Amino acid sequence: MDLKTREVEPTPAERAAIDAVLGTDESQGAHDRTGGQSSRVRRHLLLPTLHALNDRVGWISPPAIDHVAERLDVSPAEIHGVVTFYGLFSTHERPARQVHVCVDLVCRIEGGTRILPDGAHPSPCLGMCEQAPAVLVTDAGDPGRRTAMGGVMGDQLKELAAGMPVSAPERRTTASVPQAADPGLVLLRRAGGGDPLDFDAWVADGGLRALDRAREVGPEGVIELIDAAGLLGRGGAAFPTARKWRAVRGQGATPRHLVCNADESEPGTFKDRVLIENDPFALLESMTIAALAADCARGWIYLRGEYPGVEATLMSAIERFRAEGILGADFDITIRRGAGAYICGEETAIFNSIEGFRGEPRNKPPYPFEVGLFGAPTVVNNVETLMNVPSIVLGRTTSNRRLFCLSGAVAVPGVYEVELGLTLGDLIGLAGGLRPGSELQAILLGGAAGRYVAPDATDLVLDDDSIRAAGLTLGSGVVMVVDQHVDLVDQIRRIAAFFRDESCGQCVPCRVGTVRQEEVLERLANGVRDGQVELLADIGRAMTDASICGLGQTAHHAIESAVVTLGVFRR
Amino acid sequence: MVGLATVFGAGGGTSSYAEAEAADVIVMWGSNARNAHPIYFHHVLQAVRRGAKLFVVDPRRSETAQFADRWLGLEVGTDIALSNTIAREIITAGLAHADFIRNATTGFEEYAASVEGWTLERGSEVTGVPADAIRELAHAYAGATAAQLCWTLGITEHHNGVDNVLSLCNLALLTGQVGRYGAGLSPLRGQNNVQGGGDMGALPNKLPGFQDVEDDVARAKFEAEWATTIPATDGWHLTEMFDAMERGDLRSLLVVGENPAQSEADVSRAVDLLGGLDHLVVLDIHRTKTAELADVVLPGSASWCESDGTVTNSERRVQRVRKALDPPGAARDDIDILLDLATRLGHDWPYDTHEDVWNELRRLSPMHAGMSWDRLESLGGIQWPCYSDDTLEPPFLHGRLWAADPADRGRPAPFSSVTHVPPAEPITDEFPMRLTTGRRLDSYNTGVQSGGYRSPTRLGETIDISPADARSLELTDGEFVRVTSPRGSVEAPVRIDRGLRAGLVFMTFHFPDEIDVNQLTIDATDPKSGTAEFKAAAVRIEKLP
Amino acid sequence: MNDVPVSIRDTDPLPTVTATIDGADVTVAAGTTILQACGGRDGEIPTLCYGDTITPKNACRLCVVEVEGSRALAPACSRPVEADMVVRTRSERVDHARRMVLEFLGSSVDLSLTANVTAWNAQYGVDLDRYGADAATVARPVKVDNDLYVRDYSKCILCYQCVDACGEQWQHSFVIEIAGRGFDAHVSTEHDVTLPDSACVYCGNCIQVCPTGALVPAVEFDMRAAGTWDEDRQVVTETICGFCGVGCGLELHVQDNTIVKVTSPPDNPITHGNLCIKGRFGFQHAQNRPG
Repeated sequence: MDLKTREVEPTPAERAAIDAVLGTDESQGAHDRTGGQSSRVRRHLLLPTLHALNDRVGWISPPAIDHVAERLDVSPAEIHGVVTFYGLFSTHERPARQVHVCVDLVCRIEGGTRILPDGAHPSPCLGMCEQAPAVLVTDAGDPGRRTAMGGVMGDQLKELAAGMPVSAPERRTTASVPQAADPGLVLLRRAGGGDPLDFDAWVADGGLRALDRAREVGPEGVIELIDAAGLLGRGGAAFPTARKWRAVRGQGATPRHLVCNADESEPGTFKDRVLIENDPFALLESMTIAALAADCARGWIYLRGEYPGVEATLMSAIERFRAEGILGADFDITIRRGAGAYICGEETAIFNSIEGFRGEPRNKPPYPFEVGLFGAPTVVNNVETLMNVPSIVLGRTTSNRRLFCLSGAVAVPGVYEVELGLTLGDLIGLAGGLRPGSELQAILLGGAAGRYVAPDATDLVLDDDSIRAAGLTLGSGVVMVVDQHVDLVDQIRRIAAFFRDESCGQCVPCRVGTVRQEEVLERLANGVRDGQVELLADIGRAMTDASICGLGQTAHHAIESAVVTLGVFRR
Repeated sequence: MVGLATVFGAGGGTSSYAEAEAADVIVMWGSNARNAHPIYFHHVLQAVRRGAKLFVVDPRRSETAQFADRWLGLEVGTDIALSNTIAREIITAGLAHADFIRNATTGFEEYAASVEGWTLERGSEVTGVPADAIRELAHAYAGATAAQLCWTLGITEHHNGVDNVLSLCNLALLTGQVGRYGAGLSPLRGQNNVQGGGDMGALPNKLPGFQDVEDDVARAKFEAEWATTIPATDGWHLTEMFDAMERGDLRSLLVVGENPAQSEADVSRAVDLLGGLDHLVVLDIHRTKTAELADVVLPGSASWCESDGTVTNSERRVQRVRKALDPPGAARDDIDILLDLATRLGHDWPYDTHEDVWNELRRLSPMHAGMSWDRLESLGGIQWPCYSDDTLEPPFLHGRLWAADPADRGRPAPFSSVTHVPPAEPITDEFPMRLTTGRRLDSYNTGVQSGGYRSPTRLGETIDISPADARSLELTDGEFVRVTSPRGSVEAPVRIDRGLRAGLVFMTFHFPDEIDVNQLTIDATDPKSGTAEFKAAAVRIEKLP
Repeated sequence: MNDVPVSIRDTDPLPTVTATIDGADVTVAAGTTILQACGGRDGEIPTLCYGDTITPKNACRLCVVEVEGSRALAPACSRPVEADMVVRTRSERVDHARRMVLEFLGSSVDLSLTANVTAWNAQYGVDLDRYGADAATVARPVKVDNDLYVRDYSKCILCYQCVDACGEQWQHSFVIEIAGRGFDAHVSTEHDVTLPDSACVYCGNCIQVCPTGALVPAVEFDMRAAGTWDEDRQVVTETICGFCGVGCGLELHVQDNTIVKVTSPPDNPITHGNLCIKGRFGFQHAQNRPG
């Protein structure tokens, strides 16, 4: 890059934050390395460096950007472009205390958070829908603190925004997993079973047995077991996991990568958070098995930035796995913290984000199994997909167990593990049925990228074939129950706003379409009808047909279902 | 051109630009291509983007060095010391290309002996470059699949510029990094038709097509075509011309598109000599300082936009320039002026068109024979040599050196034992700082062509100085100081440049009307090429009261 | 490209693939895109963000086509032709998507200097009125912060070409990047500083690739404002730059015996359409004319 030197130096705190990630600046001597490939291969440290700055001083200042630019040989404009892509970063000075208030689908129903006090600002879904309304409180400092909190109502929110100290939130496992201790659970079997970071207890409970078995049967044996179980990806695309692993294994280029997609950001979704909180070692074991099967040398967990507790848990678990010698030799795992961008859950945007770029999806083909992270063959698996691996390898289960995130007007919201084949009504029944006084208005299946179904859909059988036949998707397992108190027009306008906010802006259909969709909904909400429903359909069709990635392609689904299936504008 | 011609018999870069993209190691030596040759550097960057290693050898941590994997900031004028040290490291590490040396070169034993004393320690001490950086470059260059070694005026504008070039050629011979696709020696020409001028015989010892003046057969061919007698001995190069003026042997001068009254080193002397001529004729598109000294000024045309013809670039590509504008006022096409001049001097030159001139060259210069204007048009330029209408040669030169059959290899390339000689003007207590000169991106030479447009980045002339020296001299950015060399003195504003090491200062020569930097430069010249040592003068810097 | 003699080229024939495009069998070299197989920019498939010298970003989605078996439409500019692929470059679905892309852009961006848009709007039945007067646009003040070029991002469709030309594909200056996200995404220097405060070296390679007139030389901007810019009266002559010894190909755009713009041929093997500040803007010395 060309460099324009500005004379303002970063503050000592900023320098310390940067050095903590990049090491002490050694380039003072005239003859030391000036950049080149040795700097550029560290580009992937950009996001961790920006996080370090944000955690320490609360924002990313121009001198800090200039300094990082020189250290990483990435231009200030590029870094500015990256910083402004991610919702949790700021290029403007702001108070050390930031309160991110979830205003998404569930939390806006639970109320109390829609008029925000000074010092608080709206956030998309924080993944704590079973504890709604939720907030994320960040305090910049040394060390910085980030705290996710559920059940934060109006007065507490005001106090938080005013700077009230935050105490660590209590763990509410049973609240999140109402089925806890049910002996039939597989994926959630450790829920409610004591300290999830007690390694010895985990091993005594069968931990590492699947890894031992995987080493016995070898990579091809593992893939055959996964294949036989018919494990499909749980990220939404339902691609056969065994095929993915085999494809990567067959590629020549090395090192191959395994990326665990834990950027759980679909509004209404919180199962990955609950899974990792309750059984972090199982995820690491699963990844180690997957890496063995697909012959990957590097593992990455891309974790959304709004899950500080999960990050701390995972870091402890990884340290322990390294201490035990399970990680570190042939295979190791790095956590990459997202920074507030729903799009980074897209399987190629996640690569760009890990590599230190704006999280824009890539063009496909080439597909990740050929050209993925750092241009190398890459497996991307969702957390839930991976968590199925140990029990399959041990022959304990088939793959038909699924997790659902029940929220909204059910008696007991939470993550539920079920055998596929039950009906939607059965599932709601598992969650205690509707809340007293609630009448079913609609159910949102699959989150903001999913679709609403009408109350008569409770007979729908939850298995892949029936769901597909009904033109639906299980997506990330969201089952959001909407009762008669909910303003559906407000909900779909929030969905439209969500996609408008979260569109990366790369392709025209999504960048402009999400804005036009929101505008039309506003006109419809204001009673303008003339041609607007047709225009809305045209916009939606173009987004679905012509967008680069799944975000734009699904940004109209929920709205279309509300308009067409539920007839929200016919009333 | 002299250095390359000595080693390989042809005075041109051995590689094409596109080959830089295929190289896995690129060394830019005395070349700030990012500023001086930006589009060539694009080709280098394509390689860098794909993972090639870039080394930059330059006293300044230049804009080019910003892109480098390793910057070797040597003391001004220690290029041969560095190159000999690299050579010794390559030899002692067993990385020399024994087969290539045996098959395609001569003089290796003598050369190896001549570099024997250049240990890493000694090289580091003399050049100021850390030993590990020298070692890294040596090993990378020798180990590369295909390495490019590029240089510019940082190599040639020294009192021993030809030896500098020879020392770089040695490295290519030592490692076999020449004569293959992607591997070669690339001198980047400072001006748009330096190569073409040489091609056309605008050298004191050459006829068009690099045919020797002293070669009777070649001379006879030209004499037959031109129906005249050509002197059988070498003429004078520019520096020798000034010496001849001083002796009174040269009394009349035709200057075409040059501005020696501002561009010569030790410019006061040049102006005196030009002013003392009996007759000075200047053909130019501007009223330059030289034109102001002239008896007759002939208003010419801007060759790149007001005239038809060809130029040759740094990859030996002959390219067509075309007339897009009518020259203003009474200005005329240069060829028409020269034709009229010839007629008045009693010669009837038989050219009706620009193409006629070109076709005469094709008859006389075998390396241009296959370049018809039609072909130049359809192929977008042709690299020399091009011997016939239906062939093209490989984009790189000297592939013959790799031929399996010794009979196909031609003359082996000689190693040249060259000795490190410090710059002609030593640093002293009176003049304690080293002044080197160069270009900025948005300006060009004496500013005649580049002064006319409004560049947002134009700084004007400055004296660039290291932060350390600025501190010790208590100077601030923008402050005017007096810069004095043994020849003259100028005042210039200070610009603090983090890319400079203590003891080194830098100026351009783009703004001679405001600050005449060539008052400071030394006219110590290379005896073989006549190029002056613009790159190394000794100066002192004084705060103004 | 380069006139490399055949003898040193890889003479093995390139593998080919055969696909069906609009009902006809088409055989092309492996790696050829659908757009290239259909005549490139001179063919029937409309393109906006596609340029000759930049790897396609396929961001505008105007060139989408139907590929059988593919859920979404595929961008012709970057999808390689595969064996047995069945492609339809026109269909009700394709036309609908193109119409909507043109409506999305036309209703949010000033396309007045974008080539072909009027004809495409007619061809695809574009109706901009239905978005209403209050439809959000990218309109913003023109940036005039230096003497050489003007940035009018009200005309920017975010094709990414300027960013890629400034960045890793050619210039490696990385002075401009996309900042922000979604509809707020825009081309920007760091902190939106002016170009003189950025590391810009004014190569103008961003201008050359801009397909919408968002980036124009100051001379052109001023002449347009004065109503004197007239491309019908301009003659373009190819020549070679007079600065330095690289030998960059120039296209001199001459109106009334005056150079009004300099570009470089995109297919020039030396420049690939790129120049430096001197080549692109340093022509004034040839026309400082008396009177």
